[in-house]
Amino acid sequence: MMSLTITPVLLPLIAGFSLLLLRQQSLAVQRLFSLGFILALVMIALNLVSTAASGEHQVYLAGNWMAPFGIVFVLDQLSALMVLLTALLALAAMTYTIAHKIDELGAHFHVLFQLQLFGLNGAFMTGDVFNLFVFFEVLLLASYGLLLHGGGRLRTKAGLHYVVINLIGSTLFLFAVGALYGAVGTLNLADMADKIAQAPEERHGLIASAGLLLLIVFGLKAAMFPLYLWLPAAYSQTSAPVAIIRVHGTLFGEAAGPLAYLHIDWVLVSGLITLVLAALAVIAAKGLREQVAYLVLASVATLLIGIGLNRDGSLAATLFYLVHSTLIAAALFLLADTISRGRGDFADKFVSAPAIPQAIFIGAVFMFAAIAMTGMPPLSGFFGKLALLNSALTHPWIFTIFAVVLLSSLLLIIAMARAGSLLFYRTQPTTESVTTPPNRLALSAVLALLSVAALMVVFANPMHEWTQSIAQQQLAHSTYLNAVLSTPVITREVSP
Amino acid sequence: MNWLDINLPLVVLIPFAGAALAAWAARFHRVAAAWTAGGVALLSLALLLPSAIDTFAGETLIQSWAWMPSIGLWFAFRLDGLALLFALLILVIGLLVILYARYYLSAKDSMGRFFAYLLMFMGSMLGIVLSENLLQLIVFWELTSLTSFLLISYWQHRKDAREGARMALAITGAGGLAMLGGVLLLGHVVGSYQLTDVLASGELIQQHPLYTVILVLILLGVFTKSAQFPFHFWLPHAMAAPTPVSAYLHSATMVKAGIFMLARLFPALSGTIEWNLLVGGAGLATLLIGAYTALFKHDLKGLLAYSTISHLGLITLLFGFGTPLAAVAAIFHIINHATFKASLFMVAGIIDHETGTRDMRKLNGLLKYMPHTALLAMIASAAMAGVPLLNGFLSKEMFFEQAVSASDAQGWTWLVPVLVTIAAIFSVAYSLRFIHDVFFNGEPIDLPKTPHEPPRFMKIPVDLLVLICLAVGMLPMFTVAPILAVAVAGTLQTTPPEYSLALWHGFTLPLWMSIIALVLGVALYTVRQRLFDWHERTLHHWDARVIFNALLNGLIKTAHKVSRRFDQGSLQNASAWIVVAALVAGGWGFWLSQQPLLGDRVLLDIDPVSLLMGVLLIVASVLTALWHRQRLVSLIILGVVGLIVSLIFVKFSAPDLALTQLSVEVVTIVLMLLALYYLPQTTPKESASPRQWRDLALALVSGIAVTLLTMSVLSRDFVPISDFFLAKALPEGGGTNVVNVILVDFRGIDTLGEIVVLALAGLGVYAMLKGMSLPAPSHDINGLAWHTDKHSPIMQTLTRLLLPLTLLIAVYIFLRGHNLPGGGFIAGLIAAIALIVQYLANGIVWTRERLPVDMHKVVGVGLLIATGTGLVAMGINFPFLTSTFTHLHWPIVGEFEVASAIAFDLGVFLVVVGSTVIALVRLGELSHSAPNITAEKQ
Repeated sequence: MMSLTITPVLLPLIAGFSLLLLRQQSLAVQRLFSLGFILALVMIALNLVSTAASGEHQVYLAGNWMAPFGIVFVLDQLSALMVLLTALLALAAMTYTIAHKIDELGAHFHVLFQLQLFGLNGAFMTGDVFNLFVFFEVLLLASYGLLLHGGGRLRTKAGLHYVVINLIGSTLFLFAVGALYGAVGTLNLADMADKIAQAPEERHGLIASAGLLLLIVFGLKAAMFPLYLWLPAAYSQTSAPVAIIRVHGTLFGEAAGPLAYLHIDWVLVSGLITLVLAALAVIAAKGLREQVAYLVLASVATLLIGIGLNRDGSLAATLFYLVHSTLIAAALFLLADTISRGRGDFADKFVSAPAIPQAIFIGAVFMFAAIAMTGMPPLSGFFGKLALLNSALTHPWIFTIFAVVLLSSLLLIIAMARAGSLLFYRTQPTTESVTTPPNRLALSAVLALLSVAALMVVFANPMHEWTQSIAQQQLAHSTYLNAVLSTPVITREVSP
Repeated sequence: MNWLDINLPLVVLIPFAGAALAAWAARFHRVAAAWTAGGVALLSLALLLPSAIDTFAGETLIQSWAWMPSIGLWFAFRLDGLALLFALLILVIGLLVILYARYYLSAKDSMGRFFAYLLMFMGSMLGIVLSENLLQLIVFWELTSLTSFLLISYWQHRKDAREGARMALAITGAGGLAMLGGVLLLGHVVGSYQLTDVLASGELIQQHPLYTVILVLILLGVFTKSAQFPFHFWLPHAMAAPTPVSAYLHSATMVKAGIFMLARLFPALSGTIEWNLLVGGAGLATLLIGAYTALFKHDLKGLLAYSTISHLGLITLLFGFGTPLAAVAAIFHIINHATFKASLFMVAGIIDHETGTRDMRKLNGLLKYMPHTALLAMIASAAMAGVPLLNGFLSKEMFFEQAVSASDAQGWTWLVPVLVTIAAIFSVAYSLRFIHDVFFNGEPIDLPKTPHEPPRFMKIPVDLLVLICLAVGMLPMFTVAPILAVAVAGTLQTTPPEYSLALWHGFTLPLWMSIIALVLGVALYTVRQRLFDWHERTLHHWDARVIFNALLNGLIKTAHKVSRRFDQGSLQNASAWIVVAALVAGGWGFWLSQQPLLGDRVLLDIDPVSLLMGVLLIVASVLTALWHRQRLVSLIILGVVGLIVSLIFVKFSAPDLALTQLSVEVVTIVLMLLALYYLPQTTPKESASPRQWRDLALALVSGIAVTLLTMSVLSRDFVPISDFFLAKALPEGGGTNVVNVILVDFRGIDTLGEIVVLALAGLGVYAMLKGMSLPAPSHDINGLAWHTDKHSPIMQTLTRLLLPLTLLIAVYIFLRGHNLPGGGFIAGLIAAIALIVQYLANGIVWTRERLPVDMHKVVGVGLLIATGTGLVAMGINFPFLTSTFTHLHWPIVGEFEVASAIAFDLGVFLVVVGSTVIALVRLGELSHSAPNITAEKQ
């Protein structure tokens, strides 16, 4: 039993309450702590990735209770990847926050931030359906707190929508988990998959119904059509598509008999519809942040399409795209913030304004990010889409998929060209406006994230081999089931 | 490693590296960027030339490395005759353009930016022509779209430049995406994206059912890039670019990329009737439209733009004929067009540069101001018109010959030579206009500058190009023949057919066509004024750009409409969508499996108490909804709902849950009462009736659906894993209260997560309300002022008496938790209530003075203890949160059991107390810090 498996979950929790206890200390101390913990998390995540590379599942029995009775945490290549991505994102976001002193705007920023990481990592590592619910709640509350950070009327309104919609989601989650527990009598993911495969036929309706309800919950969290409506006011999570891969992929995998691939077509269809609507919304956006939010939605939709393809190589392609979209979307969010700061009172609105400081450099960075995000060559987005489309070649709906993916790409290109042209080309002669030049440290965080778009092209082969290996492990359900259900507890010596 | 093994990727990548270098060099001196660019292009050329020897020997050079081999993507380059020809055109004309641009750009244009863009574009073009892998080719293809966007929008302050650039990007980008689709399908059919495999599989591809789709998609890419009808309209608008860019993009490169693709895939795709119709049809239409429109353009570059379109159409038509000889003519004309069109663009740039205008209605009689330039222009135009002894004549003759032989094939095809001749007539006319209007035809009309010859080095590139026109035109066998031969071999992938480059073939039909074109072209030019008037009245307003803009605006409008429709920022709408989606999903599951909704388990009888409770629950819920606008009333009724739920827990023997539910209920109601204090007592009616009916229907259906789902579970036998918990709780968990053992031991992580949620809620409320103060209402709902005495002595006395008692109960509940109903969570809520009551009765200031505890610390310590308990287990090499217990013997008390889980439970207790108090005190403080109340009191 390796303690390493649980470390990414515990570390942010410890960071969270330590920072709470340190709240009388100066912000400088808190920042140092927060950043230190995140750096440690990055190190651990790298360690996790190398450990997971062996291809074996590392199962951690929390409380030393045998699965399915206790709660298990499972380290596999997918969870290692997600923890690493999360840690890298956190590092960039924290650097940006410190550079712009965003944490001064309200209370408890660092506590909320660390506990959000606790929720994310927990959701990626857990092998228990109810425990996943708990971590989603942690995530929800923490991100709600962060969403409200800094206050203001718009934020409060967006935050309210976010929390209400997600509470509806939580309720549905409970319905679904309750029904699944009622149908098969267990909460452990592996055990549940095993029991579903053996379930008597008369229970299939119940299981299918609960499974699809659960899909609705993840879809809502992933902002899938028609559940995405709250997104423009908030932001998206990649945790939900991963949850679909993990939970639905395991429960309704090959072994589930008549229930196999129950969710696949739903995911594909919603992904396609979401992509179209997201692309239209990107065109219709009135400000850069809104546009970025919808671009992120478009990439989530692309992920869903990838999951819904369910062909040879499609999962590996999806994961490749996931790495790209997670990091680039974050970079674009931060970049949009940088640009709005540079435009003073014009903020991110799509109106002609005086040129921002260092317009040529920021403009070049924007163009780079836009190319990556819209999936144009020669950056990572294109290769992700290429791999996805390549795996779609054998799909019966190939023409629909091609049409939707390619046409939406075109819409994104048109929209981004308009946005860039307006923000950086159609500038007004400078008046005496007070704008601050971009912060170097903050910008370096953006550039570091963006560099991934180039690195993933240069190292496309090893990267793709990695995602292939992750996908392969993910699709080998029986190995997962065996690993989880047969890990022994540590025998206790009888106390005197 | 021999550098000749890696020279092809270097040829392509060096310009990209050079782009950065050029931008950097410009920081030291403007001209340094130009020198760098020139050096980079020369370096690429030098790296390419050694391999050319092999190409002339008939070999195909392939250099390939794995990139994403599992999806068929290789980093692979190919040099054969066709690739060599295009690479040479790109590099040589590129070099001339660099030299020209160095003198063209004015002092206020950034040289660094210009040459960086130009080099990136050059690299992208080289990438297209030297790619062996089709997916990699697409990468460079789209890169030319992106870099040409930068080049066209180089003068970004100009509206026409920005719009022209965006239009070019949209059209060519769209084509690129279509081509990507086509290439993916093509690779799927062939089983490889390597050109070597694709070119060898012509038969397989053409017999495949997907052939037509592949062809159409790839042709969309070709036609958009090479400005073929109906996508030709972006090209004239791209003329907003600086003239060196136009000279480069529209003679040898960008627009030739599509043509290159036709040549490249010629063996794989051509030879079918679809190919002939689509490629030939588009080419013919473009040829005619371009030639016709060019005559009516008063702008020098506009004329050249449409002439370019027309010549591209000509080449496309040649490929459309689909015969090997037509391909020879096409390749030949590619070379010729590149040379004369590049020189003409440069001439136009010189004229613009030296006179300040490009309007042919003002530019007249420039011959005496710039005789050298005039001479160059005349030769190049004559080549464009197809005058004998110039290169344009040769390829045009071959073109006529192909048009004639194509017309033998089918009935209606006699039209082809006729239409081709008409196009040639216009071609002669506009070429004549370019010379006569500009260099003769009277005196210039108010030019912005006094015209004179340009700097010497600006003319040298033109000199060279015109020299090539002459040399090829007069001595084809000694100049162009070798490269043409290998290029044709590379295109056809076989030995080229027999063809003759001779100047004189006798009085053949093609020669007559040339003669007719020349004569009628001159005649047409003489009557131009009447034609201009007629065109002005009729066809002038037909502009595909209008349609494009209408489409784009339509798209944007639709996008707005659709987005508004789905995203109205309305929470109610979003919630309704979710509920509907959940209903559909849930129903679908049952429908899909075709299994009965309910199981066959016998249901229990209903007893009167349960029935009554059920009815009460329903009534209370309905009343809450009905009276929701009277907030206090609906809150009280909501309390009833909570109460009944806890009674239901009691009925089903779940005392822990009942206790929890009760205490949660109390805390929540207090919380909401505090919040209500700041809100209006009643809410206005917010939703219209139809909305309410919709919501009522949704609520009813959801209620029924949830009931059915529950029934579906309950009506089946239940075989859960809970027996294990019952069996192990005491012997291994050390407690008889299984619920508590589950909470703190079996599923301790869940509880840890939930207290984090609670802590987050408390901290979130604190953070949200920090620094906020709301005006407290001074009157109640009926307009009565609140009592001035905020803290009633009776309540104060009573609650102070109750405090120790309540705390004692909390301790009791806490301690017995592991074995009997209770535990840290419930105890925490009870303690929290005890403290909250003190705040309520005595005021925050008073209570805080006597309870100087930072509740944030309490929460932090609680989490520390709960987590620490788990970490201790890890310290002795057990998993996180492993529990242990032991029996101690205390004097008087006797045998006493201590489980490590109790420490965990203590953490839970502290977090619950801390978070609840933080939230409630914060809410209370909202008015406390409101100045008006305190002022009123004093």
